[in-house]
Amino acid sequence: MAQKKLAIIAAKGTLDGAYPPFILASTAAALDYEVQVFFTFYGLQLLRRELDLKVTPLGNPAMPMPMKMDKWFPTMLTALPGMEGMMTTMMQKKIAEKGVASVQELRDACQESGVQLIACQMTVDLFDMNPDEFIEGIDYAGAADFFAFAGDSDICLYM
Amino acid sequence: MEQFAQEVDASGLNCPLPILRAKKALNGMEKGQKLRLVTTDKGSVRDFEAFTKQTGNPLLETSEEQGTYTFIIEKG
Repeated sequence: MAQKKLAIIAAKGTLDGAYPPFILASTAAALDYEVQVFFTFYGLQLLRRELDLKVTPLGNPAMPMPMKMDKWFPTMLTALPGMEGMMTTMMQKKIAEKGVASVQELRDACQESGVQLIACQMTVDLFDMNPDEFIEGIDYAGAADFFAFAGDSDICLYM
Repeated sequence: MEQFAQEVDASGLNCPLPILRAKKALNGMEKGQKLRLVTTDKGSVRDFEAFTKQTGNPLLETSEEQGTYTFIIEKG
């Protein structure tokens, strides 16, 4: 049986946005898929050596908050200084309590299992990003390279 | 008592960590050897059925006792 292929485009750079691509990529690799993840725009934040990912209820009315705050806390106040940091700290605490892997751990699992991580060169140029700040073992390429792999993938996801 | 080539305790870990731990253990095993794996993740029952089916490592046994799930997987 030919090896199945999973292609993912990761375009989000928030703490909650980091989970779907890394969970699916690491799991697919465990299921013997060949996996490639193409990181573009804000997704590039997921490739930094020092991850500093945040989550915010601002603009996200579906995000559950402690003490059912999502039901009664005025939306405007979620923009207050310190809210993002507080929500991120609380989410990280929950993640640890519930035995959910850290983003770092899932990313390591991806690299150990041979998932190819590709950084969008255009985004690197656009935001003047410094490749020294990214992890090792990644490649830099563009849209045509993505299609070279995604074109014969069995599953192709945009996240 | 039955001997297992590898035993993995994935208690307290959530998706997809039990699967990743199982895969890591199986990678270091020989065909026919058995892995005993313990989880507390409710989703792991369906996940291990799917994992073993897709990777060709037969799931020999699944049991549940007070929220703890035990799987015996043979390396295929």
